[in-house]
Amino acid sequence: MEHIRTPKVEQVRLLDRFSNKFTNGTLYLTATHLIFVESSSNNSTSAAQEIWILHHHIASVEKLSLTTTGCPLVIQCRNFRLVHFVVQRERDCHDIYSSLLRLLRPVSYQELYAFSYNPKQNDQQREEGWQIIDLGAEFERMGVPCDQWQLTNVNRDYKVCETYPRDLYVPITASKPIIVGSSKFRSKGRFPVLTYFYQEKKAAVCRCSQPLSGFSARCLEDESMLQAISKANHNSRFVYVMDTRPKLNALANRAAGKGYENEDNYSNIRFQFVGIENIHVMRTSLQKLLEVIGTRSLSMSDHLVGLESCGWLRHIKAVIDAAIFLSKAVTVEGASVLVHCSDGWDRTSQVCSLGALLMDPYYRTIKGFMVLIEKDWISFGHKFADSVYTIYSTWCDQLDGDPKEVSPIFTQFLEGVWQLTEQFPQAFEFSEWFLLQIHEHVHSCQYGNFLGNNQRQREDLRMRERTHSLWAYLMSEKQNYLNPFYSLAYSETHPVLEPSTLPYHFKFWRNMYHQFDRSMHPRQSILKTEEVGEEATESTDTERKVEGSSGSESRKQSYGDVCVARGSCRSVCDNLLFTQWS
Amino acid sequence: MEFAELIKTPRVDGVILHRPFMPTVEGTLCLTGHHLILSSRQDNAEELWLLHSNIDSIEKRFVGSLGSIIVKCKDLRVIQLDIPGMEECFNIASSVEALSTLDILSLMYPFFYRPMFEVIEDGWNSFLPEDAFKDLETMTDEWRLSDVNKDCTVCPSYPPLVAVPKDVDDDTLRKVATFRHSGRFPVLSYYHKKNGMVMMRAGQPLTGTNGRRCKEDEKLINATLRPGKRGYIIDTRTINLAQQAKARGGGFESEANYPQWRRIHKAIERSNILQESLIKLVEACNDQSHSMDRWLSKLEASNWQTHVKEILTTACLAAQCIDREGASVLVHGTEGTDSTLQVTSLAQIILDPACRTIRGFQGLVEREWLQAGHPFHHRCAQSAFSNSKPRQEAPVFLLFLDCVWQILRQFPCSFEFSESFLVLVFDHAYASQFGTFLGNSTAERAKLSLPEKTVSLWSWVNRPQELERLTNPLYEANSLVIWPSVAPQSLLLWEGVFLRWNRSSKCLDEAYEEMVHIIEYNKELQNKVNSLRRQLAQLETEDPLLQTLE
Repeated sequence: MEHIRTPKVEQVRLLDRFSNKFTNGTLYLTATHLIFVESSSNNSTSAAQEIWILHHHIASVEKLSLTTTGCPLVIQCRNFRLVHFVVQRERDCHDIYSSLLRLLRPVSYQELYAFSYNPKQNDQQREEGWQIIDLGAEFERMGVPCDQWQLTNVNRDYKVCETYPRDLYVPITASKPIIVGSSKFRSKGRFPVLTYFYQEKKAAVCRCSQPLSGFSARCLEDESMLQAISKANHNSRFVYVMDTRPKLNALANRAAGKGYENEDNYSNIRFQFVGIENIHVMRTSLQKLLEVIGTRSLSMSDHLVGLESCGWLRHIKAVIDAAIFLSKAVTVEGASVLVHCSDGWDRTSQVCSLGALLMDPYYRTIKGFMVLIEKDWISFGHKFADSVYTIYSTWCDQLDGDPKEVSPIFTQFLEGVWQLTEQFPQAFEFSEWFLLQIHEHVHSCQYGNFLGNNQRQREDLRMRERTHSLWAYLMSEKQNYLNPFYSLAYSETHPVLEPSTLPYHFKFWRNMYHQFDRSMHPRQSILKTEEVGEEATESTDTERKVEGSSGSESRKQSYGDVCVARGSCRSVCDNLLFTQWS
Repeated sequence: MEFAELIKTPRVDGVILHRPFMPTVEGTLCLTGHHLILSSRQDNAEELWLLHSNIDSIEKRFVGSLGSIIVKCKDLRVIQLDIPGMEECFNIASSVEALSTLDILSLMYPFFYRPMFEVIEDGWNSFLPEDAFKDLETMTDEWRLSDVNKDCTVCPSYPPLVAVPKDVDDDTLRKVATFRHSGRFPVLSYYHKKNGMVMMRAGQPLTGTNGRRCKEDEKLINATLRPGKRGYIIDTRTINLAQQAKARGGGFESEANYPQWRRIHKAIERSNILQESLIKLVEACNDQSHSMDRWLSKLEASNWQTHVKEILTTACLAAQCIDREGASVLVHGTEGTDSTLQVTSLAQIILDPACRTIRGFQGLVEREWLQAGHPFHHRCAQSAFSNSKPRQEAPVFLLFLDCVWQILRQFPCSFEFSESFLVLVFDHAYASQFGTFLGNSTAERAKLSLPEKTVSLWSWVNRPQELERLTNPLYEANSLVIWPSVAPQSLLLWEGVFLRWNRSSKCLDEAYEEMVHIIEYNKELQNKVNSLRRQLAQLETEDPLLQTLE
């Protein structure tokens, strides 16, 4: 609290991002949130609008130069919210600005919201919350261990690979020396392990990092490891090795002593590049996308040109294309597949998880989707701490966060899932809102799940004892995330999804990137939850419910609220007229 | 019979039909005067019946002695027929070509079609101007129905009866007609019950380069203003185009002569540009190369979405002037038969809940398109696949339907009809067994005796079984004005039309079915709840013991 110089500023103006509209209200600064409360005198017919912004969500704060109405403060959030305040007095603005800058910079994990957040649960409830997802049970569900695959204790103390979980599944013929040898030949020690087992054909999806092959190095243990994976599947004489990088990138890595598998050295492999770009390209792409869609009075032509030139949808398509390749190799050919990229925690996680989602209806349920994220993202060491904490700015240097590592890889995964839900409306138990809520909390630092970069770090931080699990919260809210079109029968008749990746099937995900820009949303939603009369519809594009990651109070968040707009909405039209004449 | 001369080969066996996302069908191909028919001659197999008038273009391909013809339809479907034998293939192709390009209206299928259903209500009489005027009379007495155009000489593209300000006599109308493009003097398009404001439409004023004026014209449109009020003239053209029109005798209302009116210029493109846009868009949609960049750049280059945005924006502007500014509006472009109608009809969709019902929408299409003289015969002669140089073809009406679909997407509960109704209207505007969209104007339709000799599309639509299919299960009457978002992020490609044949819609259709089931089930349960509540209330009043307990 000592960082907060001015806890309350009155007569603050909140400007609409895309029109000339604004609302007046009061700004409050708390230890965890920045809160804007609309002055009730503005609109007596509806409840005052409140916006809650969690400090952790704030990516950047910018103080613009003084204008006649006051001092503008622009705050950009990681959940793609952008708010533009105008504070009357320059000094107040500066106080808020510098307080926020200070608050945005936690010096240690202990200062993250998750460690102070308390949803009124006792220790037992907290513990139960963490037990909802059990990866051991998940491998059992897949039919592992079995006669070809076993649990290995080689990484019990994180000695072989510190970014992997303790429990790993490998072919029975992969002995400890083979595992250790292979791990030494793989970047960051991330040797090939099982992530999904397709019981019907006994085909396995394995993941790892790139081999340290350089221009000519080989490793017999690594070759034996792949041989062991191949032998564990009697349905196919070969293993696909999917390098998810563009060939050029993989070639360049050879100069650094890394690279890709040489087909001559490995017996029975089929090597394949699939060309997903690296995290830096993805980061730039998203930045460009946000720039384009943030433009005021954007023309259709600039919108489409922007969509094309930012490349975002092209990247999403590339990820889904790779997942389809994986799914087909496993389900149609019955072949096992080894997936890797460079370190095996970004593109590899995307492709393995989306591939499994296509193959296995279980992952399309609410619980199954949590399991999938827990398995392919959290436990296999996707660097959430690095990739999430600093999407736009570089303030986070004192945590683990390295701005060069920041990238919207997980956001891309969620978008890939959303694109699939658009093609298969009946195949998923959850609605879009579930994906948005997960995205919200990946960035909120309110729950322990996504803190840290890997299991080992989380254990060191005693996350399970000191924080709460997001999955427990989402489970308790399950009703809000159900997709009314979900059909169990559909999953039975369509266990494997075969999406089309013709370009026109990919759409701009408005509800993600414009989630907080009401004027962009459909005025009525099929998933309506409440109805309001004519008076209330006048302010349809304002937010009346408490929003943001504030736990139980966010029970009814914006999504259910979209439907409130059952009538007129003047935001768009107002400007048409004035731009004409002014 | 003339058709027989055009049909060189009436029948070929062993023809194979290829359609995307459907199994191939082998069968017999037959040509009749109006149809191309393919039947597998098996009881359960589906038959293909294609109207010749639906065929936009055909191509021939030969591999050895196997010929194929690729038939591209006005509803944007593309099918392939493999025909054994070179000669047969040639004959079929040239016959189809001749039959599909017949430009004699009286030989069109609607004149031969006999309905297989019982006509409950004759659609030709469902939306007469005099009936629409009766509704108006219940709201205001400031307008009258003039028959100045009864023999369609004052304005050939207007219907015999039009609504005009009460104080303006027929002589004045005749004079005004000479001052407006194609005689299209300002007439009432819409009366906004809420505040009594009106929307009128007209052709451009013929001011020419020397600034001709017409006192009667000024008087006519001023007669629609309340004392002390100003109105808005929405010219759908850019100021530059409007200026250029002066050189050809056209022009726009100058501030000096129309001081009570404020003129706003918008930029809705002319028909030849729209046609080009449609061709490019459909080409992009049919490009099966898998590159995202190529798709997006082709979509952008087609400009289709830009047109959608511009038309919607202009319609919102007109609606806003009326509803928010409380001002009357006059809309015109050049002729007043294309962009003008897009704007006036869409503004009514936004403002008037009645236009969002199935019947109301039919009325809107009748009033603002058919009776208002949109030249359907010229505009819909060809669609996106035409190889010939476009003459007067243009997807003006399709763009209107696209815009309605955009609003429907944003207000999924406010329309009584579903997307399939819009698609159906699109299909029938281009090729139909019904006479509704034949001809260019009411006068032409009367001359062809269409109401007597053909069946109206509305006669077919307005039967319970069809209505049920076209009804939006989510509909709940919404009496409000509905303002759509026109941000590019809010406007989508109309997949139901442009990707209809290029995607497998099975999953989407099944989900739609599911939605219908859920809504029906929900209603059922609601009824159950209500009846149980009633029972409970009844029991409570009947049971004295319960009453004493309370």
